[in-house]
Amino acid sequence: MSTHKIALKVNGTPRTAEVESRLLLVHLLREVFRLTGTHIGCDTTHCGACTVLLDGKPVKSCTVLAVQADGREVMTVEGLEQGGKLHPVQEGFTEKHGLQCGFCTPGMLMTSFALLAHNKKPSEGEIREAISGNLCRCTGYVNIVKAVQYAADRLEQGD
Amino acid sequence: MEPKTDAKICGMGHSMKRKEDARFIRGQGRYIDDIQLPGMLFMDIVRSPFAHAKLKSIRTERALKVPGVLAVITGETLAKYNLHWMPTLSADTQMVLPTEKVMYQSQEVAAVIATDRYAAADGVEAVEVDYEPLPVMVDPFKALAPGAPVLRTDKKDKKDNLAFHWEAGNRAATDRAFAEAEVVVKEDIYIPRIHVASIETCGCVADFNPAEGKLTVYMTSQAPHAVRTVFALVAGHVGLSEEKIRIVSPDIGGGFGGKVPVYPGYVIAVAASVVIGKPVKWIEDRMENLQADSFARDYHMKTELAAKKDGTMTALRIRTVADHGYTNASANPLKFPAGLFSICTGSYDLKQAFCEVDAAYTNKPPGGVAYRCSFRVTEAVHAIERITDVLAQELKMDPAELRMRNFIQPKQFPYKSVLGWEYDSGNYPAALKLAMDKIGYAALRKEQAEKRARGELMGIGVCSFTEVVGAGPSKDFDILGLKMFDSAEIRIHPTGKAIARLGTKSQGQGHETTYAQIVAEELGIPAAHVQVEEGDTDTAPYGLGTYASRSTPTSGAACAVAARKLREKARKIAAHLLEVSEEDLVWEPGKFSVRGAPQKSKTIQEIAFAAYTNYPKGLEPGFETSSYYDPPNLTFPFGSYICVVDIDRGTGMVTVRRFLAVDDCGNIINPMIVDGQIHGGLTQGLAPALFEEMSYDENGNNQAGSFMDYLLPTAMETPHWETDKTVTPCPHHPLGAKGVGESATVGAPPAIANAVVDALAHLGVRNIDIPITPEKVWNILHAKGVAD
Amino acid sequence: MIPSAFDYHAPKSLPEAVALLVKYRDEVKVLSGGQSLLPLLKLRLGQAGHLVDIGRIPGLEYVREEGGMLRIGASTRESTLEESELIRSRYPILHDTAKVIADPIVRNRATVGGNLAHGDPGNDHPATMLALSAQVLALGPKGERVIPVSKFFLGLFSTALEPDEILTEIRIPIPPPRSGGAYVKLERKVGDYATAAAAAQVALTASGAVAEVGIALTNVGAMPVEATSAEAFLRGKKPEVAALAEASRLAGAASSPRADRRGTVEYKREMARVMALRALKKACERAGGK
Repeated sequence: MSTHKIALKVNGTPRTAEVESRLLLVHLLREVFRLTGTHIGCDTTHCGACTVLLDGKPVKSCTVLAVQADGREVMTVEGLEQGGKLHPVQEGFTEKHGLQCGFCTPGMLMTSFALLAHNKKPSEGEIREAISGNLCRCTGYVNIVKAVQYAADRLEQGD
Repeated sequence: MEPKTDAKICGMGHSMKRKEDARFIRGQGRYIDDIQLPGMLFMDIVRSPFAHAKLKSIRTERALKVPGVLAVITGETLAKYNLHWMPTLSADTQMVLPTEKVMYQSQEVAAVIATDRYAAADGVEAVEVDYEPLPVMVDPFKALAPGAPVLRTDKKDKKDNLAFHWEAGNRAATDRAFAEAEVVVKEDIYIPRIHVASIETCGCVADFNPAEGKLTVYMTSQAPHAVRTVFALVAGHVGLSEEKIRIVSPDIGGGFGGKVPVYPGYVIAVAASVVIGKPVKWIEDRMENLQADSFARDYHMKTELAAKKDGTMTALRIRTVADHGYTNASANPLKFPAGLFSICTGSYDLKQAFCEVDAAYTNKPPGGVAYRCSFRVTEAVHAIERITDVLAQELKMDPAELRMRNFIQPKQFPYKSVLGWEYDSGNYPAALKLAMDKIGYAALRKEQAEKRARGELMGIGVCSFTEVVGAGPSKDFDILGLKMFDSAEIRIHPTGKAIARLGTKSQGQGHETTYAQIVAEELGIPAAHVQVEEGDTDTAPYGLGTYASRSTPTSGAACAVAARKLREKARKIAAHLLEVSEEDLVWEPGKFSVRGAPQKSKTIQEIAFAAYTNYPKGLEPGFETSSYYDPPNLTFPFGSYICVVDIDRGTGMVTVRRFLAVDDCGNIINPMIVDGQIHGGLTQGLAPALFEEMSYDENGNNQAGSFMDYLLPTAMETPHWETDKTVTPCPHHPLGAKGVGESATVGAPPAIANAVVDALAHLGVRNIDIPITPEKVWNILHAKGVAD
Repeated sequence: MIPSAFDYHAPKSLPEAVALLVKYRDEVKVLSGGQSLLPLLKLRLGQAGHLVDIGRIPGLEYVREEGGMLRIGASTRESTLEESELIRSRYPILHDTAKVIADPIVRNRATVGGNLAHGDPGNDHPATMLALSAQVLALGPKGERVIPVSKFFLGLFSTALEPDEILTEIRIPIPPPRSGGAYVKLERKVGDYATAAAAAQVALTASGAVAEVGIALTNVGAMPVEATSAEAFLRGKKPEVAALAEASRLAGAASSPRADRRGTVEYKREMARVMALRALKKACERAGGK
């Protein structure tokens, strides 16, 4: 079939859409659901600006079909802030100047969020490895590492 | 240096957290592709697979049958409005869409307009174009050779492929100095073509409103006002009038110079919107961005340095062949077609110098852009810093010592360089000494000697650069005639809050924070209460935009000057409120008080309110002003970088073990933001030093047209950058500040190249051109018999 | 970056999937992780009228030892392999390999089966599976068959899988005691294909000589290269400096790389040798030899 009805959760909210088979997940999010925080930066699955969580795991949403997300849960950068409260990873990026133009930032945030979910105290090397699928041209990565370490500390302190 | 204001006011020197972050961390940035307007259509572009070919025919019937496709625009369509060619920012000419031939691979050939981007992509696939390939010219030396086939057949009377010739300095005196020199070293140094590759590509939404006759273009532009004027001049004949053109640069995902040019895609989208009467969105994909947008660098520099036996440099001579692609679309100030290349005497007190540049047309994308290099300063600094190391090697002298011996000394400032620059301030020995002390230079040299004895390859590279930024004084600087001043307009509201609008345009440099800090510094209004806006030509004062590290030197100065004008008006109002004369008032950040009676004071907030409610007779009400700042000179940030590398003898892979950058940009507005700029610049310097190259085969096929082969460093390849600073204020800038955004892109490549050559110097290696790939290094190791 | 239109099918069982492959033969492609196929389709380099997504078929993601074999379900994600304690402790060569495939985010989608079935000599698992003497299980309309990996790769993007077959499982003989393996990859940056990479798996005798050895190379030929002469040379010898040097020299000589931006033929061949040497050294260390 060349169009499909799909139903998925996006940031906890059930959403439905009727999509072409070839619609990329990133376009479903940006164009159909108007969640434009997820960005497109390349066409060869390198840059990671499109990173979202699919069933809790970071994926490059430009290389997933919308139909593959049917019945699944997607989390985007818009889902980080809960009840008006920023997630520590978002705070970390501001505190430590982990962003400049902001274009790679949503992807970095989602990858970092997922990293901290299973590695509570990542080393610099582990952070760099975790974000090695996310390209940044502005920051040189140093402050992104500091931002994630800050977030790890804040999560440890608990809220 | 301690800040003069407290944390609440947050003026200069505070590492204020950025105000703009709030929207970006929530994914609420408003980038060009986020914009959606009612009735908006999508444009996608058909591109040439050939680097040089006659355009025989374009058949659009199949494309027009694709569901959702509304129109196909060709050069013939635009020719009806005389829009198929346009001027470049360097006063050359460029095709918008071709009618006769294409001149580089991926050149725009036709545009498809459709109801959505998927249909537009299908439409592009369905357009049928017939080409007749022509011989391709990719070698700039061959292009300049006598008798070479002329590429620019569109230019009547053009008999060669020379885009321009430019020179600076005294050729005869320099030649004499070389003839008399005790030591001369020469190297052919090539800096290949690279690409800014900001994570956001270029794009626009062109929105022509037929009822109002108004064109609004949302555009990834670092220089919206200049674009508006260019559109008015170029398309005035089709009814576009400057007061009815609005360019809006929204949030921009990185510029680095790549978003200064007016790309054909923008013009086609505008034409489409004007003709159709609906908004038209065009967003290029990454491969289009890499293959068609303007490149940077591509300088072949025959570099020579003359010196005395004791290491005193006496003369510099550089002859450059520049590959400009098929047209000169550089965004250089008009008088400087080779940019600020004549800064090539660098940090050294050279008594004679001569440089010349011959620019060639070739079958490659047009350019170049000033990629985070302030107009060719990367090229100039790479040449002088590499040849300095070659001289050190020749004389068997330590490269740091050779630099110390030749530095322009602090007491020589302001320093008139032999090529005509007046360096404002500098203390080169202090920066280099700090770098050497901090990294432990002597211990590193000792370690290197021990490792060398064991056959291990370790290198230490030094680079002491002088940058020249902040274009520029109206005497010498203009782009298409538009002088390179910049502007600030500040308005303070009755409740003491403010809005500042500037003629520059941030693409991540933190202007919403730093300009607020300048206002805070000068007026004592908390930076948190100062709203900063840029990028909308309907509201922002005229400026030439942000690139070449010019914002702080120009608009930053304008902002300070405007704030000071307001402070003087505040003094008048305060005198009126306090019933004293102006001379009896003392200023401290945020308030005027009576000399000798400090309890009698008025805050800037009270003064602001009074500007609307209780101002002295004869004084104009309101509280706003603007300043257009024509800088008296450029600013000259500088630094010393030291890089340590280790080389894997089995693979040739170079690992940067340590990199210390000591930078001096005068007085600092926000240290956190400056550090961030350095980290980013270092990474964009590491990239061409070791990874990035945009190359072409003999048929003009782009060899690195996607991120598969155009290699951007990830967090794994990028070292942990170490930074430090010295502060040598700028004597002519109102805040004593210099630009800094590009220092690190300029200083890093030579530091890294010098380190690798240093690691191999004992094998007789004197130069390796960047990018220094593992293969290049391995070839050397293999040839010298030391590969593992 | 937008694919041409295609029809998408998400069968819930293997027989249903096979039936679709039979029905749309010649214009159908199997979609597994999609990290090789979707990029091709986005660049419009590959065409498929129909995509059959096997990602909804239950029971194809597992990593377990059973019946003398390590069995990996074809839909197992690379990240699962990377994080598996069983793999890390008992099959470090597979851990090494998974860890250098693309980047960590791509590995959350990319599957082991897909990495083999795509037939791309640039993919990393093929060499490792050759070194491990692995087998794959293929299911088609005529039933199931076992294909030794040594007979699986036929040419550039060409495998022994019939157009109507699906790769369902990878089987690796559980190595004997005193075994070790390693995969070493030279890449220009994280996320790149190999300039050259080598997989080495050894089993040592009680006296420390090489009883069994598998050496294979990535991206230095139209197919993954099994360095059979190197293997033959090393069998029976003690893995000392000279022997390993000669074995890796033979391995390099077995390669037939193509020149590209990663290097000339000469450089790549040398790198194949260097990678083979490093992989062999590490494999022997892990095997408890020296």
